[in-house]
Amino acid sequence: MSIFPPAQRIWWKEPIERSEILWVTIALVWCLVLFFMMPYWHLYGDQNLANEAYKIKPEVFAERTEAMAEKYTVREEGDTGIPVVHPPAGSDIYMLARLWEWWPVLELEKNQSYRLHLSSLDWQHGFSLLPENINIQVHPDYEMVITITPNKSGEFTVVCNEFCGIGHHTMTGKIHVVDK
Amino acid sequence: MGETQADQPTPENTSGGSGGGDADEPIPFMQQVLDNPFLLLFLGITVPTVFYVIWGVMEVVAIPVAS
Amino acid sequence: MSSSADFRICPDTGFKIHLPADKLIKWNAVTAVVFLLIGGLFGIGVAMTRWPAVHLLPADMFYMALTAHGFDVLLVWCIFFEIAILYFASSILLGCRLATPKLAWLGYWLMLIGAVITNIAVLRGDSSVMFTSYVPMMAAPDFYLGIILFAVGALVGCFVFFGTLVIAKREKTYEGSVPLVTFGATVAAIIAVFTIATGAVILIPTMLWSMGAIAHIDTVMYKVVWWAMGHSSQQINVAAHIAVWYALAAILFGAKPLSEKVSRTAFLLYILFLQLASAHHLLVEPGLSSEYKVFNTSYALYLAVLGSMIHGLTVPGAVEAAQRKKGYTKGMFEWLRKAPWGNPAFSGFALSIVLFGFLGGISGVMMGTEQLNIIIHNTIYVPGHFHATVVTGTTLAFMALAYWLVPVLWQKELVLPGLAKWQPYLFGIGMGLAATFMMGAGTLGVPRRHWDINFADAAIGYDFSGAAHLMMGLNGVAALMGGIGGAIFILNMVGTILWGKPKTKAAEAEPAPVAPVGGAATVSSYGNAGTLAVPGTFTLAMVFLVAFILYFFVNWKYLAGVWPIS
Repeated sequence: MSIFPPAQRIWWKEPIERSEILWVTIALVWCLVLFFMMPYWHLYGDQNLANEAYKIKPEVFAERTEAMAEKYTVREEGDTGIPVVHPPAGSDIYMLARLWEWWPVLELEKNQSYRLHLSSLDWQHGFSLLPENINIQVHPDYEMVITITPNKSGEFTVVCNEFCGIGHHTMTGKIHVVDK
Repeated sequence: MGETQADQPTPENTSGGSGGGDADEPIPFMQQVLDNPFLLLFLGITVPTVFYVIWGVMEVVAIPVAS
Repeated sequence: MSSSADFRICPDTGFKIHLPADKLIKWNAVTAVVFLLIGGLFGIGVAMTRWPAVHLLPADMFYMALTAHGFDVLLVWCIFFEIAILYFASSILLGCRLATPKLAWLGYWLMLIGAVITNIAVLRGDSSVMFTSYVPMMAAPDFYLGIILFAVGALVGCFVFFGTLVIAKREKTYEGSVPLVTFGATVAAIIAVFTIATGAVILIPTMLWSMGAIAHIDTVMYKVVWWAMGHSSQQINVAAHIAVWYALAAILFGAKPLSEKVSRTAFLLYILFLQLASAHHLLVEPGLSSEYKVFNTSYALYLAVLGSMIHGLTVPGAVEAAQRKKGYTKGMFEWLRKAPWGNPAFSGFALSIVLFGFLGGISGVMMGTEQLNIIIHNTIYVPGHFHATVVTGTTLAFMALAYWLVPVLWQKELVLPGLAKWQPYLFGIGMGLAATFMMGAGTLGVPRRHWDINFADAAIGYDFSGAAHLMMGLNGVAALMGGIGGAIFILNMVGTILWGKPKTKAAEAEPAPVAPVGGAATVSSYGNAGTLAVPGTFTLAMVFLVAFILYFFVNWKYLAGVWPIS
């Protein structure tokens, strides 16, 4: 029994029962399937992180975000008058996270690609795009660049899903996707 | 609680599998490895330290600065 | 060498029990249950707040309670109980004296004082940083200090365990290899040493930073090192509860491992690869390569998952083999139907295996897949997964063990045996449902660690679907069910220890039963050539595999529907 030492002095040479060997083989094959799905998806799937990231100072990231906003703001929205920015398709776009908002609101075109830069000015935040349920971790001092291609039009909300203090549950943002 | 009631364990009986001629058979290498908790401790610390911690830290240190 | 006066003989099992070990096991186990109670109460507060219709706690108290809940149950409850298991698996199962009991007591007090210090820091309100305490969010220095002291105490306990293994070998209190349960406990202790060492490496500088002595802690580096501790602490649980499963199979059925070689090799896969998977917390962080992520998150080609799947067959398989030997051979499942479902040690054991595998294991592997993590990270799916693993897996297994161990060690009858019969079902099914509803809500995007999914105070709102709200409500109800189950367990344990009727004296205790030592002749009767096949378990394993395959691929389908990202 498992609470006693093995009965045999040499247990390594025990013959193994067939159904156990069969299960181990099946499980091993399944494990390899699990593993190879990941590189497979890198080759043939449409949702991967390129892992493009840079060290960047918050002030610099804020400057670049504000520069984009200045050039491409089309209107303002909501009680806080947050700018809605409509950058050109294919360009580098920015959204910064700070206690407690995502800034600015972005307006993108359906089926166009954009290089989205994400970074935080203060603490770690979680970029959670709903209802798509795309979730990326956002750090201060680092930016992550992901190429996104919105394939549906509509209103998408960015919810912060990394705990960031007492205002965490008020931290939201928005991305509009319009037909071209 | 036990299955067969053998004699009380006596410290003098050191040969492990008594009975039969296999008392002299050498213990297979893998069994010796699994019987050595300190070797296992070493492996269990070294492997994740190298592959998870050190490799990860090296990658973080190498993140390029934004142009 | 200690004199025989330092030992007592267990009236039920005949095992020799070293009196100092006896005391240490009891104190660690009882302290564990106290923190289960405290952590559990915080957990109820959290669940009642996340139930949108109830929304019990105000925001600041919610985040505080959530921090305390994580620390008290994920770290303190589990590890105190595991220290008790380590001492049991070494000193008692090997029949030797515990190494340096004085040091073991030092370890105990460090753990207790550390746990109290951190709890006070959190309850003061200035350290609501979640159990993960991600920089640059800062807690008060004593928040970190408490965790460090707790960790050092646990490390001392691990050293006592390893020292006891050395003593047992030197004093030849057992023959051959250690029992499989002791081997499993060794795996847990090895992972614990890695856990604690990495915890110290990250938390000591973070504490100094909190005190102003260090200027800056890199945020990504923090996560890499913190999660070496953070997830590995949960892998300690996995190794420990599997060791407990093997122990219960032996205790309840006289079950022998189907194959010592296969089970121990599966544990070796844990030793080598289980801890790599801490990387699954880093799959959507900036700056780590896909090579790093894929190799580590997969536990090296999923070899540690292979280990788990092996135990998933060999543990119930051992029970089936033992039952079939006893004559339960009708059909595929008579062995299971006629198992003692009214014995809480068995029902807890069985539910723990099924729920850990189906709910916890499958969801965990899915979430830890590099790309699938994108639709999972930081949603409430994550706590759903780990309530399945740590609560219905580890905690329920520990409860099952306690139902046997507490009456035996304290020599008292359970005070509420009727309630005990139902408790594993109440707790296991309640928390299993809670985990399932959280996972459902997370699939719909509901965030974790979030006070208000109605966004009442936010400038921009979002309407979660009715289904998401329903899930959170059902989660609340299920958590209450599980909470009542937890409370009954705690009541039974405390009541039994304090007021239980002394067990009627068993027949004169026989000397410790020894495993039959045999030579070549025993190969046919012990090893697998003579072991009955286990068709029932094999069938259940195939059902598990089918569920795994279906659930895994359905999530790739979900992923394929979201915006293309590259």
